[in-house]
Amino acid sequence: MTPVLQIKNLQVSYYTDAGRARALDGVDLTLTAGEKLGLVGESGSGKSTMALAMMRMIKPPGRIEGGQVIVDGTDLMTLSEQTMLKARLSKIAYIPQGAMNSLNPVTRIGAQMVDAIKAHDEGSSRADIDRRCKLALESVDLSSSVFKMYAHELSGGMKQRACIAISILLKPKVIIADEPTSALDVVTQRQVMETIDRVQKQIGAAVILIGHDMGLMAQFVDKVAVMYTGRIMELSSVRDMFTDPKHPYAQALIRSLPNLENKGVFNGIPGMAPALLQLPGGCAFHPRCSKVMENCKTQRPPSTNISGGRILECHLYSEKA
Amino acid sequence: MSDLLEFKNVTKTYSHGLLSRVSTTALNNVSLKLETEQPTIMTVAGESGSGKTTLAMLLLGFIEPTSGQILYKGKNIHALRGEERMMFRREVQAVFQDPFAVFNPFYTVDHLLTVPIARFKLAKSKSEARDKMYEALTAVGLRPGDVLGRFPHQLSGGQRQRINVARALVLRPKLLVADEPVSMVDASLRANILETLRGLQKNYGVSIIYITHDLTTAYHIANSIVVLYRGAVMEAGAVDTVIKTPQHPYTRLLIDSIPWPDINRRWGETAIKVRESDLSDHPSVGCRFSSRCPLVMEKCKQSPPLFRLSEHQAASCYLYEQNPAIDPEKLSELLPV
Repeated sequence: MTPVLQIKNLQVSYYTDAGRARALDGVDLTLTAGEKLGLVGESGSGKSTMALAMMRMIKPPGRIEGGQVIVDGTDLMTLSEQTMLKARLSKIAYIPQGAMNSLNPVTRIGAQMVDAIKAHDEGSSRADIDRRCKLALESVDLSSSVFKMYAHELSGGMKQRACIAISILLKPKVIIADEPTSALDVVTQRQVMETIDRVQKQIGAAVILIGHDMGLMAQFVDKVAVMYTGRIMELSSVRDMFTDPKHPYAQALIRSLPNLENKGVFNGIPGMAPALLQLPGGCAFHPRCSKVMENCKTQRPPSTNISGGRILECHLYSEKA
Repeated sequence: MSDLLEFKNVTKTYSHGLLSRVSTTALNNVSLKLETEQPTIMTVAGESGSGKTTLAMLLLGFIEPTSGQILYKGKNIHALRGEERMMFRREVQAVFQDPFAVFNPFYTVDHLLTVPIARFKLAKSKSEARDKMYEALTAVGLRPGDVLGRFPHQLSGGQRQRINVARALVLRPKLLVADEPVSMVDASLRANILETLRGLQKNYGVSIIYITHDLTTAYHIANSIVVLYRGAVMEAGAVDTVIKTPQHPYTRLLIDSIPWPDINRRWGETAIKVRESDLSDHPSVGCRFSSRCPLVMEKCKQSPPLFRLSEHQAASCYLYEQNPAIDPEKLSELLPV
């Protein structure tokens, strides 16, 4: 199957008074149509930066330093501003964190949907636009009366689903959802995730789900990428990740999860994420790693493919390979 | 044996609108009890709008109940004056949801710890105050050298939240109200904070009311649980029993919706009924869950009493009417400590 999304050596830095912070330090990723990828990591690990970089929405003092984001055969990084405007929403759509607060409070939901279509397909007729909006609302399980409503008339879950409806209007190839449910309670969360799952299957898009709720990942995605200080530490299928994590950081993450069997056992990860301005040398995780070796402190581990299509960045595995 | 805290048939109604008064019952006839001798962790769980934060505000004395009484060591908390009021303020502490919002960005984090020590005259000298700060920070698993003298923006969310817990601890509270203390913290740090809270209860004898919508963490930390829906108690009991064998249709829906980090356990077998848009006209009489309940019956138009299902479990649902009904005031008796 040909990949619908290919990210090659993507690099983003933020230039601050204190120096250059490498928020994204050479990330590679490939997704095929219909695939769902979870991107997890602590705050500051570069998850949201990655989403913004893919949309080319990094603002100064941040800068995309290099790399390629190839969606459906086109490298987004080479497009002009004008064509990139068209590519957003039609090739790649983004549901930002707290998306429900990104709806315009003074225009009706319907007007915002119509705007989105008109900006991309100037030629479409009014009837056609209306039909597409209604269809999008229907597919996220909202009644067509929402078309005439304002954002404040909707509950949190409904607003979130309205945002999903907007994001699928132009049938993008890739949908990025950045913590789409972090402000919602469990029942609404399930409803929103079920909605994303359904529309994603309908239009055959690849989905990148960003978050730190491993439970949600276990229930929703096909592959999980664990990020730490702007790099992907481990990329595995969801089953491998939860039953047999390889990278010490991924292992600690999985071990810290509560479940029904280990009541009262708390396994936090000792230490805290390093500041991006003063990254430790070698492997950035080595000060917190339980299996640290001498060369971890000086050499950065190379990205290694191991069996089962898994990719790891750890000296424990690079030596055996 | 006196009770540390008692909620006696507490109801809180918010009304708004000048001409046509619209009122919302945020908490409806809730009775709870915590004992002095046996510190425990009680979870109050529910979705947004279930009244769980109202319960915290009432308990801390920030708002007054519309009817009913809240007693602390046998005395109504709104009648406390002078010395007793200071005592209540000291012994009942809170940790709130957002570890970013409670700090004043202009002060170092020391401020948060030194002010209560000075205010309540807990230390006779500077060095004693310092020792107390060090002790509290160590108790929550922080190295004092790492955090003292820093500004809030220099600390991670987990560190800040633990400083909040340390601040509460400095005052040697009897009761800690933790309102969603981990919902804004990274998953990997949650474990640390929950462990800290648990340690407080075990080693310092602090009773904790843990308010959350996250039943996974509730299961791990608490002894007992009270599930609220739109201000009414739906189910209550021992946390193991309620989470492993939920009986009330609402609790079942909640537990079924938890995304467990276990790929062999599939999510959401039961469908979610009713769109939120239909919920605005939720019933003001009868079972409050009836408009969303898949098993709704004719009877549900009347408010169901609490039925006792086992030694440590009760549900407010007519599905269990063959079981003996219990007085809502007796609810705390079946909660294990």
